Amino acid sequence: MFEAIAFYLFAFLTISMFFITVTTSQALYALSALAAGMIFISAFFFILGADFLGAIQIIVYTGAVMALYAFGMMFFDTTRELKEKQGNKYIIVGMSAIAAVLVVAIFSAPMLSTNMTAFYPSAQDIGNTQQVGMVLFTKYLIPFELAAVMLLVAMIAGIVLAGKKMDISLTMTSETDIVTMNNETNTKVLS
Amino acid sequence: MMEIGLNHYLVLSTILFAIGLVGVMRRKNLLLLFFATEILLNSVNIAFAAISHFYGDLTGQMFAFFVIAIAASEVAVGLGLLIVWHKRHGNIDLDNLATMKG
Amino acid sequence: MEKYLYIALFAPLVSSLFSALFTATPKKTFTGIVASLLIFSAFASSTVLLMYILNGGEPVHVEMMTWMATGDLYIPFGFVVDQISVTMMMVVTLVSTVVHIYSIGYMDHDKGFNRFFSYLSAFVFSMMILVMSDNYAGLFIGWEGVGLCSWLLIGFWFHKESATWAANEAFIMNRIADLGMLVGIFLIYWNTGTLQYEGSFEAFAHLDTETLSWIGIFLFIGAMGKSAQFPLHTWLADAMEGPTPVSALIHAATMVTAGVYLVVRSNELYSLIPHVGLFIASLGAFVALFAASMALVNRDMKRVIAYSTLSQLGYMFAAAGLGAYWVALFHLMAHAFFKALLFLGAGNVMHAMDSELDPFKMGGLKKVMKWTYIMMTLASVALAGIFPLAGFFSKDTILEAAFAEHHFIIYSVLLFTAGLTAFYSFRLTALIFEGEERYKLFGIHPHEAYKFMLVGMSPLLILAIIAGAFRTTFFEMVEELLSAVEYHIHSEVTLWIMTIGTQAFVVLAIIFAYKKYNNSRISVPDGTSKMENSFAYKLLINQYYIPYAYDKYLVAPYRELSDIFWTHIDMKIVDASVDGIAGIVYGTGEKTRTMQSGNLSTMLTWMVAGTLGMLSLAVVFGLAVRYSGEILAILSGLGV
Repeated sequence: MFEAIAFYLFAFLTISMFFITVTTSQALYALSALAAGMIFISAFFFILGADFLGAIQIIVYTGAVMALYAFGMMFFDTTRELKEKQGNKYIIVGMSAIAAVLVVAIFSAPMLSTNMTAFYPSAQDIGNTQQVGMVLFTKYLIPFELAAVMLLVAMIAGIVLAGKKMDISLTMTSETDIVTMNNETNTKVLS
Repeated sequence: MMEIGLNHYLVLSTILFAIGLVGVMRRKNLLLLFFATEILLNSVNIAFAAISHFYGDLTGQMFAFFVIAIAASEVAVGLGLLIVWHKRHGNIDLDNLATMKG
Repeated sequence: MEKYLYIALFAPLVSSLFSALFTATPKKTFTGIVASLLIFSAFASSTVLLMYILNGGEPVHVEMMTWMATGDLYIPFGFVVDQISVTMMMVVTLVSTVVHIYSIGYMDHDKGFNRFFSYLSAFVFSMMILVMSDNYAGLFIGWEGVGLCSWLLIGFWFHKESATWAANEAFIMNRIADLGMLVGIFLIYWNTGTLQYEGSFEAFAHLDTETLSWIGIFLFIGAMGKSAQFPLHTWLADAMEGPTPVSALIHAATMVTAGVYLVVRSNELYSLIPHVGLFIASLGAFVALFAASMALVNRDMKRVIAYSTLSQLGYMFAAAGLGAYWVALFHLMAHAFFKALLFLGAGNVMHAMDSELDPFKMGGLKKVMKWTYIMMTLASVALAGIFPLAGFFSKDTILEAAFAEHHFIIYSVLLFTAGLTAFYSFRLTALIFEGEERYKLFGIHPHEAYKFMLVGMSPLLILAIIAGAFRTTFFEMVEELLSAVEYHIHSEVTLWIMTIGTQAFVVLAIIFAYKKYNNSRISVPDGTSKMENSFAYKLLINQYYIPYAYDKYLVAPYRELSDIFWTHIDMKIVDASVDGIAGIVYGTGEKTRTMQSGNLSTMLTWMVAGTLGMLSLAVVFGLAVRYSGEILAILSGLGV
């Protein structure tokens, strides 16, 4: 019973948060609602017994990704209201609704396979995190490493794209040169 | 109704996915478009986790794990590109992005 | 012996191909010389084969290679030299050699000199295939080949519209007749299973008369086109647009006789269906009279000779139709000689008179062109059938055959035509060579032809004179193959009366012609004399208005029909549908181009729409899989 209450509560919250995200005209509200929605989704993970995943959701998504978005928001003038050109509302909402209905129809059809055997069955006595660890570092080792490399690449890409004055290396220039540089910049600004 | 089965989670996932689609189609500001994309990814994660739970298979959770990793790197790169565009054009309105016209 | 067959068959082909190398270059005399030499070698081989057959040799059979061997149908490229084909070969190669030599001089100033020899030799090659083939399919190939070459040759001066029109007319009329011939060939194959002469002839004996009649009729329709019998005769007179050597070779000696050859070759068929034979003979007699009547008044020299050819072809068909096949073949041979001689002589006259064709504008040419005068007069005498020249032996035998078979109507028609023949031949010679020199009024300066041309024509002259002596030899030779029947008139007296009577009638006609046209009161008719305005004259000079009728009632409506088909069906339906398909492709491209707006939002919307489509498909297929049993039941209930 608790499960049901928790499910419906969090479901309602998540849906409303995400709804705000897509419909509001204030960018800041959208950001906040998204962050809230992420947290509530992690609640789902905990209900489902995927502890590790829930923790990762909070840390990575809510923590890192939303922080990134927040920093990104700083670049843009988001205090003013967003002017949105009209796409045809009815088509958009209608298509999504139909898509939703169809997917539900597909899912609510009785599952055809009753004797699916699990690839990596979860054992009940060990904790979820431990299980995840066991599978991640043995069976999914290669994807794990690849994901790591990808994250490295993404990080470098982010730095290159967003960085300023990247042609000089501060650590390699001497003290006096840095002072001269600063004076020059100041002179230009002031005069 | 009381008994939460797999179908409940899948329906929830579908609803969230539809909301995400609405956002993708509707938003003209690129940053907010990214938000909608995040919604899509999250909905899918819920579905994976739910299936994993109800079938006792860890594969779903691993998939969701990797989806999170990929989403993170995607955000990083996307935001970087967005910054470059903003520097060049001064705004991030989607309708100005039509250089691939025709 | 086979090598002679191959030489006779392929030497013309080599000649044609050799001359074809030079078609784009200006006149080179050696093409003519080489071509004549090669044709002469074909003639020499034919003579060797003739001697061989005369001395009792077996017919020479070769099968060069297989053409079609599909299912039950077996058609080889086979050639046979038997008594009939060796006669034809000899005639064809002899006249061809003479014409080739003659053309070296005649086409002297023509730009297309080399091309002419190529076409001429190609024609000879096709004719050789026609006469030497041992099955109906090979005959048909040769048939089409001579049709094509005659088109090329009649329209040789293709810049003249009248020439191209005449060439088209000849080819199209031939083609119409060829349809009949093809049906005949199909019937032969259908009923006998083979197209070889030997095999089909054996099988003919077992077929019922009706089938045989149809086969005979259809084959004769083909012969009608090729040999210009009524009603497919108008092309022959118009074919005089081609150079005169062409007329001599094709329209005197070879192509037009292909029809007669066909009937003679199929004699085993026609002897089984005598009623069809009677029809052929009647038609032949009718054509003989019909053509002779048109030649009486014509003012075009070559046309008169062409009508005379037509008339003599009628004689040949009359003979063949009555079952006297060997007589028809003999007359074919003799006729080839003197008719070719006549045409070549006319060529000389044309050359001298600067291509003037109206005999009324000539006259008194015998003073300038002695040898041509002698040749043409002797040829006309032979044509008229005066003893002892060649024509007498062949023509009179036809008359005897008609009389002996008790076909008196045909006999009288042919007899009357013989008189007409004599009349118009000598009308022509008298107008051209005798009397006053009317050409001086027109400022023409005639001269005799080149010496070598005259020398080349001489073999024909000699043969025209002496060919009659070969009658018995010929008879003995072909007796094996053709049902050679000696025609006996029952009483000697009747025979003598007939012969003398015919000769007297012919001589009278000649004298009448001379009296009328060999006097100094002849002048160029200018459309005002009483004669010219009489109904009979008008009828004859317009060829009984048949070409006019064809043009008005056949050609013009057909052209209208073609026009309608073009504008309404071809352009509006066929072209429109093809253009419509292209239009649809273009249209969809134009409309869907707007999809590429470059706007990311729009593209994302399209993406969702596509996803929707896929989902719907998934649902539909899933339902189909789930309820496949019920669906199959419903469909089988509907009878699918």
